[in-house]
Amino acid sequence: MTVHQRDWQAFVTPGKDGAVHMDLAVDGITCAACMGDIERGLKRLPGIRTARVNLTSQRLGVDWVEDETGADEIVAELARLGYTAHPFDPASHRERQDKTGKELLRCLAVAGFAGMNIMLLSVSVWSGNATDITPETRDFFHWLSALIALPTVAYSGRPFLKSALNALSSGRLNMDVPITIGVSLAMALSLVQTAQHQHHAYFESAVMLLFFLLVGRYLDHNMRGRTRSFAENIAALKAEVAARINADGSVREVPLSKITAGDLVLVSGGERVPVDGAVETGASEIDQSLVTGESLLVPVKPGQRVYAGTLNGSGALQVRVEAASGATLLDEVNRLLETASQAKSKYVRIADRAARLYAPLVHSAAALTFFGWLLAGLEWQPALVISISVLIITCPCALGLAVPAVQVVAAGQLFRHGVLLNSGNAIECLSDVDTILFDKTGTLTLAEPELCAAIDPQDSVTALGGRLALASRHPLSTALVRATGAIMPLPEVKEVSGAGLETRVGDETLRLGSPEFCGASAAEVHAVLQGAPGASLLAIRFGNRPVKLLAFRQKLRSDARTVIDHLKAQGYALEILSGDTQPAVESCAQALGITVWQAGIKPAQKIARLEELQRQGRKVLMVGDGLNDAPALAGAHVSLSPVSAVHLSQAAADAVFLGDKLQPVADALRLAKRARAAIEQNLWISALYNVIAVPIAVAGFVTPLVAAVAMSASSLAVTANALKLRWGEGLAEPGPVRERLVNRERQG
Amino acid sequence: MDVLIYLIPIALFLGGLGLVAFLWSLKSGQYDDLEGAKWRILEDDDLPEK
Repeated sequence: MTVHQRDWQAFVTPGKDGAVHMDLAVDGITCAACMGDIERGLKRLPGIRTARVNLTSQRLGVDWVEDETGADEIVAELARLGYTAHPFDPASHRERQDKTGKELLRCLAVAGFAGMNIMLLSVSVWSGNATDITPETRDFFHWLSALIALPTVAYSGRPFLKSALNALSSGRLNMDVPITIGVSLAMALSLVQTAQHQHHAYFESAVMLLFFLLVGRYLDHNMRGRTRSFAENIAALKAEVAARINADGSVREVPLSKITAGDLVLVSGGERVPVDGAVETGASEIDQSLVTGESLLVPVKPGQRVYAGTLNGSGALQVRVEAASGATLLDEVNRLLETASQAKSKYVRIADRAARLYAPLVHSAAALTFFGWLLAGLEWQPALVISISVLIITCPCALGLAVPAVQVVAAGQLFRHGVLLNSGNAIECLSDVDTILFDKTGTLTLAEPELCAAIDPQDSVTALGGRLALASRHPLSTALVRATGAIMPLPEVKEVSGAGLETRVGDETLRLGSPEFCGASAAEVHAVLQGAPGASLLAIRFGNRPVKLLAFRQKLRSDARTVIDHLKAQGYALEILSGDTQPAVESCAQALGITVWQAGIKPAQKIARLEELQRQGRKVLMVGDGLNDAPALAGAHVSLSPVSAVHLSQAAADAVFLGDKLQPVADALRLAKRARAAIEQNLWISALYNVIAVPIAVAGFVTPLVAAVAMSASSLAVTANALKLRWGEGLAEPGPVRERLVNRERQG
Repeated sequence: MDVLIYLIPIALFLGGLGLVAFLWSLKSGQYDDLEGAKWRILEDDDLPEK
């Protein structure tokens, strides 16, 4: 257990009517019963106004009157009910509220309402045109449609207009440019037609187009929001907090945003170092694998620097926080990250590439139509009407739906296979990958160490070692506890900071810790390392018996070999880039049959290798989890991160995969290929409709019937083609994704 | 057909009412937790204590 109290008051934000509010990520809410328990349990406390669990995001929001109850009591009550609460940093939480999603939904609602009403009027006009509608009624209906459509287009069209203007101002063409032009021209033409008492107006086409496009945008946004909220909860479970030592010597846990340079921070054994700083007092060993990829423990003494994200071994450290001078490791990584992501934003999405080809073609076709009819002797106004009809008919919903429809279905499929998408173009990028770079620690291997060789269950010394290990939160101790299955702790354990544990069993001394601490000779250490290159060692010494050396190593993901073989068979070039030591990387590469590998690389070198490959014209998928991978993840063509990765890497990766297997990587690549094919088919389908519809339009025969058929038939075809992705895809693993997530966190 | 002059504005008004209701429900956070709502039906907090 942690020795200090968390300062829950620091996470409280002011609420309504003198009440205060706090958001918590609660671990272990899996069903409705939990929800009821928590809400009812909390309401029994005095002063609680509301306690509401959000089952979708597994979060709890509490409002209460501060004078009557403290934040500490709320958390204590939750603990009594059997739930562990983790705080959200209030400073970072505010930015996470989903403004764009609500904005899109509002636009969607307005467009949907207007679309239905205009369709109602339009269908009456269409059937009336075929029978005996009076011109007055038709005009009345058209004006009504205009009355509804104009404000709707002005309101719901903003997302497209904004995006189109952005693209044009930076000298690009994207999908939203033809959409915006098409919709504005449709509106303008319809107004002119209405004013001239013509038979046809196209208000419904414009509004329905916006409606369908917004459906696609919203689904796409929603799917990515789900990924974000999963990632955020996990980040909160990892607790973005630090234990600050106050001037009076008390220790309280506060959010990271409240820590300033010069503060003194306590880092207990087995905890992650929350800040960059220098060790003031205490000695320990630090696992820097998240920063360097190096799995060996590094001893630290007062005066030495430690970095945020690294894992403290057994000893408690007091760390003086250093100024964020821009020279910290995290800053360095952030700088690399920024430049890398800038380079990447040049990627052009398929839809926009299609638009680049398509827009000039359509616009010149319309222009040719206009001049053609002029030459044929028509007045300028009817000629203009016909040419605008060409523009409208070539902008059916199919084109707008082609890409989002596939993306939404594919994202759903990926989600079921344990892959959560982070960026909008991940699917398209994944589909043209030809080279895969893997990080080793935490990616090809699991993040936690395991014994290299099985232990002898009859061996009493190892069993005693396991019981002694219960007293420590050091990662190697935890691994030994798991291996021996020890449950009975030993009494009177003395901890020697940075070295190991000691106790007396009977009349003899039992020691567990580093080889030096247990008195192992260099020759013995060398002999064990020969058998298990790159392993971390843990020694046990009982009385005067010979020292027992146990070698630990991060185990490969259980299906790593199968997946790697499969990927090789698919023709991907594979490579390992690791910051770990040469022997460890070499043995891993051999076990997986990967011939190209580099060991001991720093973040900048990873980027350099990445750029070298990209100069050769390779499309690189980077799979990595460490802080040292983050810039490479951002710079790669596309990137994947396991969900156990550090927060920064998760944010930099295009997609996150769940679970202890490597299979999601292969699934993601396969599904992305299928999705890419479906996107291309969809673009062809909508192009085909245009090929059929454009000649009719150029000839001046665009009737609302043709428009309606082209619009709905092509939309249906495109949607059906997207849904095809679901066929022939079995579930990779049964059980809901969330269950697996919860299990992972419990194990961790 | 003159009746349309009354009927259509009425229809539009009713439709608009629906739209306003939806926007209100969106604003008041009714869609924040779609998962939990279906389970809340089964809660029997409102039954009198026995």
